[in-house]
Amino acid sequence: MRMFGLSSVLLISMSLLFGCSANEQSPKKDTKSKETAAPAADLEDVTKAYREFAIGEISQFVKATEEFTDAVKSGNIEKAKELYPTARMYYERSEPIAEVFGDLDPKIDAREGDVPEEEWTGYHRIEKGLWEENTTKGYEEYADQLLKDTKLLRAKVETVEVTPDVLITGAVDLLNEVSTSKVTGEEDRYSHTDLYDFAANVQGAEKIYELLQSDLAKKDQALSEKIGEHFNQVNQLLEKHKKDGKYILYTELKRPEIKELSQAIDALAEPLSQLGIVMEG
Amino acid sequence: MSDSSKKPDKEPTFLDKQVTRRNVLKYTGIGSLGALLGASSLGGVFAMTNQAPSKTGKADKNEIIPFYGEHQAGIITEAQNNVYFVSMDVITTKKEEVRLLFKEWTEAVALMTAGNPVGEPSTNHYMPPKDTGEVMGLSPANLTITFGVGPSLFVLEGKDRFGLKHKQPKELVDLPKFPFDSLEKEWTGGDLCVQACADDPQVAFHAVRNLVRIARGKATIRWAQEGFQRSKQSDPKQETPRNLFGFKDGIVNPDVKNNQEMDKGIWVQPDDGPNWLEGGSYLIVRRIQMYIEVWDRSTLKDQEETFGRYRESGAPLGQKLEMDPVNLELKDQSGKLMIPENAHVRLAKGDGKQVILRRPYSYTNGMDAKTGSFDAGLLFICFQREPSKQFIPMQQRLAKMDKLNEYTVHKGSAIFACLPGTSLGGFIGETLF
Ligand code: HEM
Repeated sequence: MRMFGLSSVLLISMSLLFGCSANEQSPKKDTKSKETAAPAADLEDVTKAYREFAIGEISQFVKATEEFTDAVKSGNIEKAKELYPTARMYYERSEPIAEVFGDLDPKIDAREGDVPEEEWTGYHRIEKGLWEENTTKGYEEYADQLLKDTKLLRAKVETVEVTPDVLITGAVDLLNEVSTSKVTGEEDRYSHTDLYDFAANVQGAEKIYELLQSDLAKKDQALSEKIGEHFNQVNQLLEKHKKDGKYILYTELKRPEIKELSQAIDALAEPLSQLGIVMEG
Repeated sequence: MSDSSKKPDKEPTFLDKQVTRRNVLKYTGIGSLGALLGASSLGGVFAMTNQAPSKTGKADKNEIIPFYGEHQAGIITEAQNNVYFVSMDVITTKKEEVRLLFKEWTEAVALMTAGNPVGEPSTNHYMPPKDTGEVMGLSPANLTITFGVGPSLFVLEGKDRFGLKHKQPKELVDLPKFPFDSLEKEWTGGDLCVQACADDPQVAFHAVRNLVRIARGKATIRWAQEGFQRSKQSDPKQETPRNLFGFKDGIVNPDVKNNQEMDKGIWVQPDDGPNWLEGGSYLIVRRIQMYIEVWDRSTLKDQEETFGRYRESGAPLGQKLEMDPVNLELKDQSGKLMIPENAHVRLAKGDGKQVILRRPYSYTNGMDAKTGSFDAGLLFICFQREPSKQFIPMQQRLAKMDKLNEYTVHKGSAIFACLPGTSLGGFIGETLF
């Protein structure tokens, strides 16, 4: 009995061996060629559309930053506080592109302690002034610098080449940002407006999903639907934390609510991490 | 006649197995094509087939606990060195999704317990690997996974959430509050449980991690606790393990090799009600913090009277050997009971009619941030056929007057019905969903 079982297994193993050695090799080669060769033709439209989206967001970011820095420079604390969370959203939405410039990102978005104190500039520096010290005095220079850096970003972004894997890794990276700094309340540690950044990261990821949706559905309809469902769930959850059209403060969230948000992101990011399936031939 | 002896052996044979490419490679003991080509004759291949079905190459060490069977593994399995226990909340609202989850889980567990990754290595570099990878090259380390379902899977806040209410066993209800319970919400309850045991902490964690990953979007972790015993390699004589109070723990336990005893006290029987649980068992877990600093400054006499046993030998007070049956009547010359009225073993034993299968692990969670003392204790896990006649009356006695309570506090608690086992082609939970 045992002998029979084994020998039949053996026979099958032999035929499988010869039958599948070709298969065994080909997908590997395939990936290799994908890695080096130009993106599949049908994703070109997608990357182009994404590039336009990101540039659009960064243009808006410049505008919003200008209003914000104007308020800082004119000493209008209330106005500056009001503009702070929404201005940042453009940046957070387009992070896969905006962050490409390793020199500018810290200048615009570094948090206290990320860089040496004397080099610390940007949004969070001014955030600290506004909320901790309740002042704009002494922050005018930072405001000028911030606007300059944002404009530079806008100019540089024209040069970015958007490849499909920028999208694929970018989508998950946006959610990883949420998991590691937004959900922990570490992003906006003085203003506690983390939920704005949170929402913007999710929107940025959702945009990528929307652009890839039809290609994805062709490969795996169920996966595409599942991702869509989980975006809905996260968005509904975020909606729950709005009061009078504004997100509540991170510090107003209860612990189980934070956990719920965090786990909803995990639930979304897991299927979203399968986006790479669109790269298969 | 025990029920288990009537059932056909569900152990799969080679012929029952679906032959996939992976299985073929697995069962011929060959991890690479080169190895097969290198086998110069049929005889050579045959010789290789005698190796255990593991890709890890640790075939001769036989560190595989069979996954398929009438009962789930990890209950009467000899306790492995490590546990990773998670309680989970189901977040999906669809019963079908829960069913699918158990199917996917079963598949993954069948693979992992045999030492295989949960998925083929991917050739698409733009996707994350299916298996998380930290056990590559390791032995399966006697990994077992045990799944259970909690009362809240059936009814949550009065709601029959999955249309399963009519299947809820009368024994599967939240435990009553016991005197001096200090339960914390973050260590209590759960819709599902996953108990992963292995002789290696990394193997146990890998299993849980991959199962939790598979569950994303359907279920989330509610609480998690890892635990350990002394490792077998540091105890060549394989003596009874000691808990963090330094006492041998696990001396008195039903004999897991005795089917009749198991059917009587541990496995849910055909007439016990819900038939979906036949061959399963109720798991009760208590996360009990032990004040080890306080314990360490109590006298040896106090310590021994707390349990009713000698620390060094493990023998019952007034007796000689660890395995001597506990004699609760023994008195010293002055007529005082050798094992005091409030000693743990006296109260736990009671009249000896209630028996549970204890499978506890020690835990340490670093420092208790509030007090600066250790957060250490016992992840008390036990199995039984009828909690209302076994754990509950026992714990009621203990909670009321156990001397051990001076040194311990119950912080977490949960009850789960561990599903029966399954055979190849089936899945854990097939009888329920
Ligand atoms: C931190 C908590 C606990 C510690 C440190 C502990 C420790 C011990 C020790 C050292 C023994 C004696 C050796 C042995 O027979 O294994 C024992 C026996 C026993 N314990 Fe516990 N235990 C704890 C909690 C519990 C709980 C919550 C229960 C059940 C409600 C329980 C039930 C038993 C039983 C049934 C026995 C065997 C009694 C006999 O028939 O001799 N224990 N325990």
